[in-house]
Amino acid sequence: MSGSAVLLQFLNGLAGASSLFLVAAGLSLIFGVTRIVNFAHGSLFMLGMYAALALEPHVGFWWSVPLAALAVGALGALLEALLLRRLYAAPELLQLLATFALVLLIKDFALWAWGPEDLLGPRAPGLDGAVRIAGSRFPEYDLFLIALGPLVLGALWALLRRTRWGILVRAATQDREMAGALGVDERRLFASVFALGALLAGLGGALQLPREPATLAIDLQIVVDAFVVVVIGGLGSIPGAFLAALLIGEIKAFCIGLGYSEFTLAIEFVVMAAVLVLRPWGLLGRLPAPRRGPGALEPPLAPPSRAVLLALAGVAAGLCALPLATGGYALVLLTDILVFAIFAVSLHFLMGPGGMLSFGHAAYFGLGAYGAGLLTLKAGAPMMLALLAAPFAAASAALVFGWFCVRLQGVYLAMLTLAFAQIVWSVVYQWNAFTGGSNGLIGIWPAAWLSARTAYYYLTLAACLAATACMWRMLFAPFGYALRAGRDSPLRAGAIGIDVRAHQWAAFVFAGLFAGLAGGLYAFSKGSISPEALAVPRSVDGLVMVLLGGVHTLIGPLWGAALFTWLQDSVARGFDYWRAVIGAVILLLVLVLPGGLGSLLRGRRAP
Amino acid sequence: MRTLIALLLLATATNAPSQTLKIGELNSYKVFPAFLEPYKKGWQLALEEINAAGGAAGRKLEIVSRDDGGTPGDAVRVAEELIAREKVDVLMGTFASHVGLAVANLANQRKILFLAAEPLTDKIVWENGNRYTFRLRPSTYMQTAMLIPEALKLKKKRWAIVYPNYEYGQSATASFKKLLKQAQPDVEFVAEQAPPLGKIDAGAVVQALAEAKPDAIFSSLFAVDLQKFVREGNTRGLFKSTVVFNLLAGEPEYLDTLKDETPEGWWVTGYPWSEIDTPEHRRFRDAYQKRWNDYPRQGSVVGYTAVYSVANAAKRAGSIDTEKLIEALKGLQMPTPFGQILWRPIDHQSTMGAYVGQLAQKAGRGVMVDWRYADGATYQPSDREIRALRKE
Repeated sequence: MSGSAVLLQFLNGLAGASSLFLVAAGLSLIFGVTRIVNFAHGSLFMLGMYAALALEPHVGFWWSVPLAALAVGALGALLEALLLRRLYAAPELLQLLATFALVLLIKDFALWAWGPEDLLGPRAPGLDGAVRIAGSRFPEYDLFLIALGPLVLGALWALLRRTRWGILVRAATQDREMAGALGVDERRLFASVFALGALLAGLGGALQLPREPATLAIDLQIVVDAFVVVVIGGLGSIPGAFLAALLIGEIKAFCIGLGYSEFTLAIEFVVMAAVLVLRPWGLLGRLPAPRRGPGALEPPLAPPSRAVLLALAGVAAGLCALPLATGGYALVLLTDILVFAIFAVSLHFLMGPGGMLSFGHAAYFGLGAYGAGLLTLKAGAPMMLALLAAPFAAASAALVFGWFCVRLQGVYLAMLTLAFAQIVWSVVYQWNAFTGGSNGLIGIWPAAWLSARTAYYYLTLAACLAATACMWRMLFAPFGYALRAGRDSPLRAGAIGIDVRAHQWAAFVFAGLFAGLAGGLYAFSKGSISPEALAVPRSVDGLVMVLLGGVHTLIGPLWGAALFTWLQDSVARGFDYWRAVIGAVILLLVLVLPGGLGSLLRGRRAP
Repeated sequence: MRTLIALLLLATATNAPSQTLKIGELNSYKVFPAFLEPYKKGWQLALEEINAAGGAAGRKLEIVSRDDGGTPGDAVRVAEELIAREKVDVLMGTFASHVGLAVANLANQRKILFLAAEPLTDKIVWENGNRYTFRLRPSTYMQTAMLIPEALKLKKKRWAIVYPNYEYGQSATASFKKLLKQAQPDVEFVAEQAPPLGKIDAGAVVQALAEAKPDAIFSSLFAVDLQKFVREGNTRGLFKSTVVFNLLAGEPEYLDTLKDETPEGWWVTGYPWSEIDTPEHRRFRDAYQKRWNDYPRQGSVVGYTAVYSVANAAKRAGSIDTEKLIEALKGLQMPTPFGQILWRPIDHQSTMGAYVGQLAQKAGRGVMVDWRYADGATYQPSDREIRALRKE
């Protein structure tokens, strides 16, 4: 690269960093104060884009930007008041499920309101040209963005440091319960922070319009990027978010400038993994105060009562008898449900009793699937051998990744699991010769004696029963009690001689092992496997299943997997706007049944 | 229990023969709505026309359409539902290559005819080709080969390449480099950029390409990536001195979004719907506009022709038996809005072609000018190469 090329790529990196910072700043604020993992932040960004696009013909681009931002901010305040406020006392993470439902609803709303086509916005009047820098043309609008990033940073800094409201926000970020105890009105504070965060997301979206078209796919893309920036910077730290955005923006620009554009597929996750391993609270983050209050109390996990066990045995017997009634599609759907049930139970094992949130559990599902596929296709292994070996492919990855992950806590841990999952994904996605690249592996069919739908259904059912029984048994063995002790009170557990990290690490590996089993079964039931099996949406699906079922119940994940898979199958057939329908169902369940489906039919209540 | 199962099997087998030809259609309507809504309108029009004319092989056509969720795993489940519950005679559809390949693989396992309408991947008829799978749209290889004659005429030496980082972009790039190098051995490839699909960092990519000072650029970007690339390239003046060849950019689905940003002079493959004046296209366009009050896109032609292909195969076979349909489809010649096509017996690829031309702006809209129809039959590797790829 010549000197002028270095300068220009540096400027490109700055422009990218500014865009990233705007959307990440709002997310960081919201998380810092309310602890809500706001999946819908990208959707608010998307709404900002569409709103600006709709306003632009009437008021011009420059007016459409603040108006769109205000509109999205108002929507944020509304969402907080009508929905999220009801969930603060609910078990932790339920808000995550609610925001996921919002993602689905907003996406279908945008489709309904603005149609399916990608809409390329206007250029910014007055800044539509380019200026000469070092002999090349550089967009004026990018220069504007480069200046805007630090300006917004300065404004936020002043707001947080120089106003009373800012002091309260910082107090709540540091220790929310303490701030509440000292008489800070949490309701108003949360509502205002959520509105400001939403406003920043809307602003980021509107300002992006001259650079990229408004599309329906941008919501999840942006929210993942924004989370990465927020976590690298340190949750709740605005300067940290700026620094992280700068780091990511520049690294990406120079990867492209130096001709290593393939690396940009997952470079931010590599950076995030490196930062989290070296600095577990992000670049400028701080160890948050432990959660107290009603949301933090986890009810003790009771073994299922006799009645529940009998009911479950009845369900299992019914499933065994089902092929007598049908040999058709019901078995295909149930095979899928059983596979995802194993996956959800394994994730629950990690999240519930293990207390380790994971955003990247699909990695182990996918590695199991690819392990089975590669053994069958490349090594010519018999099917049963491939299926039995698949979980160990996943478990060995969990062994390595888990070692790093258990050193972290909370959302940092979750984001590190995501980073590892994305790194695995990007390798699988690009290694054409070995993993088949983006097309994946084709032609992974079960052995002849298992190829009938009924036979394969029985295999999956047996695997699901065995895996579930095995994981539940572990939970009520001394290992499980020690694991939960470590979750509820790491200090006390350590003091009585439990090696908390070792237990967490073991739980991580077991969860990976069973997810791998689910993946292997999945591969043989579909006949092929592609990188989607270990991509973010699969991890999110798993989370939704566990949370729908109830993270603090034992059988919840089974119901969650069944309901979510069945919903996706049947609603997609019946409704054009099926995503919105699923979103509405989830919202309803969240509000009516905050404990999850599993709380309807639970084990012995703790006294 | 075995007797019970046998009885059940018997019951399904002796179901009264349906008096329809039932097509199970599945596609990623929610993931690629911009391409697939016109596609749906296309096949609906064909369905209505065929049934108004009395159907095919003495039967009415019926289409059961499903959203395949956009992932191979979901698509396979949806296809199983169409096979097992809806008892369809033929599967049709899919858009993304990996979804198409997964369904093709299932079709082979379940022994049902699958007409892959949209997927572009070469593998679906070559490396992973199977007896039960046929593909309509011109493949990545074919569309790349269609641009080669124009690329050669320019005698440009320094080429830069930009492609979305997944199989379509990779194989377009590989085919382009191979074909160009064969015909023009002194060609040099001076830069290669592979941004992630849907997430191009356009400013940095344009800058990096300009830095390599290429005479020409070959791009297989589309949709969002294409729009961002075009806008940045226009602002930064990349296209002033560099001629660009871009697969698919002339398809209305992608071209129409560019409006006044449409870069003049680009060589593209596409579909100049307003300009094609052959009688068969005029008839199709008029019928489509009358039915939908909208103009046809590339997807409309694909959906329309896919249904006619199934109907024509059934007519030729005089039956809806899968094996007879396969034999009838092999070597089937039929008219389409683009003219006559042939379903090649050797690899189950149709010879449907595409239009090659240059982009221009007309009243703030992108159009294709100086176009020619590139017949898909012409842009194929030798039979020997294909047999080797299909391992036959």
